[in-house]
Amino acid sequence: METTMNLKLLVWRQPGPDAPGKMEEYDAKEISSDCSFLEMLDLVNEDLIKAGKQPIVFDNDCREGICGCCGMMVDGVAHGPDHGITICQLHMRHFHDGATIVIEPFRSRAFAVIKDLVVDRTAFDMIQAAGGYVSFQTGSAQDANAILVPKEKADLAMDAAACIGCGACVAQCKNASALLFTSAKVSQFALLPQGDPERKARVKNMLAAHDAAGFGSCSNEGECEAVCPKEISISNIARLNRELIRSNF
Amino acid sequence: MQLDGKCPDGPMATRWSRYKQSLKLVAPANRRKYEVLVIGTGLAGASAAATLAEQGYHVTALTILDSPRRAHSIAAQGGINAAKNYQNDNDSVYRLFYDTVKGGDYRAREANVHRLAEVSANIIDQAVAQGVPFAREYGGTLANRSFGGVQVSRTFYARGQTGQQLLLGAYSSMMRMVGTGKVTLKCRREMLDLVVADGKARGVIARNLVTGELERYVADAVLLCTGGYGNVFYLSTNAKNCNATAAWRSYKRGAYMANPCYTQIHPTCIPQAGDHQSKLTLMSESLRNDGRVWVPKKAGDKRPATEIPEEERDYYLERRYPGFANLVPRDVASRAAKTECDADKGVGATGRAVYLDFEEAIGRLGEDVVRDRYGNLFDMYERITAENPYKTPMRIYPASHYTMGGLWVDYDLQSTIPGLFVLGEANFSDHGANRLGASALMQGVADGYFVIPYTLPHYLAQQKAGGMDDAHPAFEEAEGDVRENVEKLLSIQGQTTVLELHRDLGKIMWNKVGMSRNAEGLTEAISEIQDIKKTFWSDVRVPGTKGEFNKELEFAGRVADYIEVGELLARDALAREESCGAHFREEHQTEDGEAKRDDENFMYTAAWEFKGDGVEPALHKETLTFDECKPTQRSYK
Repeated sequence: METTMNLKLLVWRQPGPDAPGKMEEYDAKEISSDCSFLEMLDLVNEDLIKAGKQPIVFDNDCREGICGCCGMMVDGVAHGPDHGITICQLHMRHFHDGATIVIEPFRSRAFAVIKDLVVDRTAFDMIQAAGGYVSFQTGSAQDANAILVPKEKADLAMDAAACIGCGACVAQCKNASALLFTSAKVSQFALLPQGDPERKARVKNMLAAHDAAGFGSCSNEGECEAVCPKEISISNIARLNRELIRSNF
Repeated sequence: MQLDGKCPDGPMATRWSRYKQSLKLVAPANRRKYEVLVIGTGLAGASAAATLAEQGYHVTALTILDSPRRAHSIAAQGGINAAKNYQNDNDSVYRLFYDTVKGGDYRAREANVHRLAEVSANIIDQAVAQGVPFAREYGGTLANRSFGGVQVSRTFYARGQTGQQLLLGAYSSMMRMVGTGKVTLKCRREMLDLVVADGKARGVIARNLVTGELERYVADAVLLCTGGYGNVFYLSTNAKNCNATAAWRSYKRGAYMANPCYTQIHPTCIPQAGDHQSKLTLMSESLRNDGRVWVPKKAGDKRPATEIPEEERDYYLERRYPGFANLVPRDVASRAAKTECDADKGVGATGRAVYLDFEEAIGRLGEDVVRDRYGNLFDMYERITAENPYKTPMRIYPASHYTMGGLWVDYDLQSTIPGLFVLGEANFSDHGANRLGASALMQGVADGYFVIPYTLPHYLAQQKAGGMDDAHPAFEEAEGDVRENVEKLLSIQGQTTVLELHRDLGKIMWNKVGMSRNAEGLTEAISEIQDIKKTFWSDVRVPGTKGEFNKELEFAGRVADYIEVGELLARDALAREESCGAHFREEHQTEDGEAKRDDENFMYTAAWEFKGDGVEPALHKETLTFDECKPTQRSYK
């Protein structure tokens, strides 16, 4: 049943990477419970623009929970209070009329704030460039069924490959570690025969890029898994650790 | 200009292989001297960038997003077709070719479609070699399913995330080339103009979306891989940043725009809930395998579904199309839903929806089986609508999804501007007037992995590498135009927001240029769109400045272009006095209300040439011939 609500928003505003930021208070008035969280912000922004003020800047794209573009801390939780979804899929019916909502960008030294709620996640691309691939020249592939992959392995690889690279794992981790992301990629290729020839170099190189970007270490608290919109398992981190040990022999 | 599609002749089955033999090569040592600019890093762009860099060319890739991994190809769910015949069910290159030509209602180029079907098998091989985790059988071989009414099992899939996995495969290959320095990646860059010098595409002007600075990129060839213009309808299944700007500004520099009126409206989307809504979400077409579509028999019946007895329900697809029933193709299902809603039989609060009911399937199979098949989709539906589809039927309605029209290209994928190549959804070439399921991904990667690596070198081999300076007057002029446009957008400071104007445009497009069109509505639409254009350029309010991260400024430029795209779309629809595929002109229908093609007068590709702002564009026609697939009436009775 559609209802409307009035909310108070406390939003982190920061004009640029080097400018100081601060929390600002806004009213979100007569918001439909059918709105998504981002549509609620769209409406607030329309009011701000009409009032001659600067709209709140946030990254978003597909609004279907698959591109990994959006992401913010809502009341201290990456992607907000609901489990297994991105913020674009969170609907306002999960909030109460009169509530105050605190909205901040994903926090991590490796994810510099670009503006307001937008952060720079280039480091993920650099981790990928360091080894998150199978070196394979286009056009020379043998018939696809010549590479047999057991269904169980293919399913596990797919579980890991479902990572959308949003960065929630980093934002929620007290060490700002990106190991859930990195391990998901390492796992996908470690589970498949195609990734086998490069597995030793891959895990070492990707971890080196991870550390160089300024991400922290994993201390097995599981906060990453708890907020991951694709419910990527931390057993991937265990697999990454095994891959690392294996790479020494 | 005489349009030459450059289609090779001779036997269809060997056209591509014979054509390849005639193409010139660039010697390996010379390749690094050529600079190739790739705009957009979705399936087409990432696969092209990776492949060309592997061959030795230097590639610079631009994306508007923060990472190439977020391109909208990622959202494709269902699967990718390939004529592998792994199921031994008599599939073949010919069948995939034939299905695609017929599905496009005989408005695509036969030679292009045949090539697509031919390389489809290589796509699967390539993706598997890259580590794309396709679904597998217990014996370790690849799994297949059937899709969109096709009679064979030729669709490969990775859960409901096939687009994501194929894109990540292409992205990982491209990132490997970034790691080696052969691809220079520029994220958060938007191409705002094409630079044409001495009649050839030689670079682009892009805006750094973080700093606002304008940048000049020089190249020996430019590849546009920028997707479709579906957001012209405002509400669509496209991502918010999908746009037509790069293609449209290339059109204004001399590239022809082909068949813009061919826009696919997908029948199974979650309907709009209110004016706040920013986009529509697609529900997989596979739901129609078990869901039954119905509306109340009586107009104006507002009772909840559970209170409408069986005999007062109209299962209109089963009634009208007993042969295909709930599985009719997308264009037919979409139009039928609109017809029911227009007759005041629509359901839900807005009346713009029909039911997709699983009650019978749950009764027949049990709730557990239905949950197993469609559980994630049911969850998604409930998350968005707060209704439980196990207890009450889903509400669905069509939404703008994919655009078959796009920049005109020849068999080499080259536009009417030499050196400007257009790949994937941004071009018009392979789908005709309608696109079948699981074929969009196929075209994106086919163009990037297997077509452009052959045809682009042929062009480059005839060009001297480099030699262009970014101080060339053509760069000065293009950058000046871009700067002027940006400053104008910021200077108006009116009362209407970009979002409001986009919504207004969307309403006109949807109501008068949407699922069905007529001359009166299209004529009105053209004039109303021109009014919106006037309002835009006199009353838009764009906050902020040009020298900063300014999303409103980005959107303003894109919406300004959408207004013009919308007008051309309506013009094209008005000029095409026939119904074909997704283009339905109410004046041209059979007695049963089905699409009526006019092969005698309209068997051509419409290619529009820009003639100046406020001047009517010129229509050029590329005649289509069908040597293999003889046109027949599409019937789903």
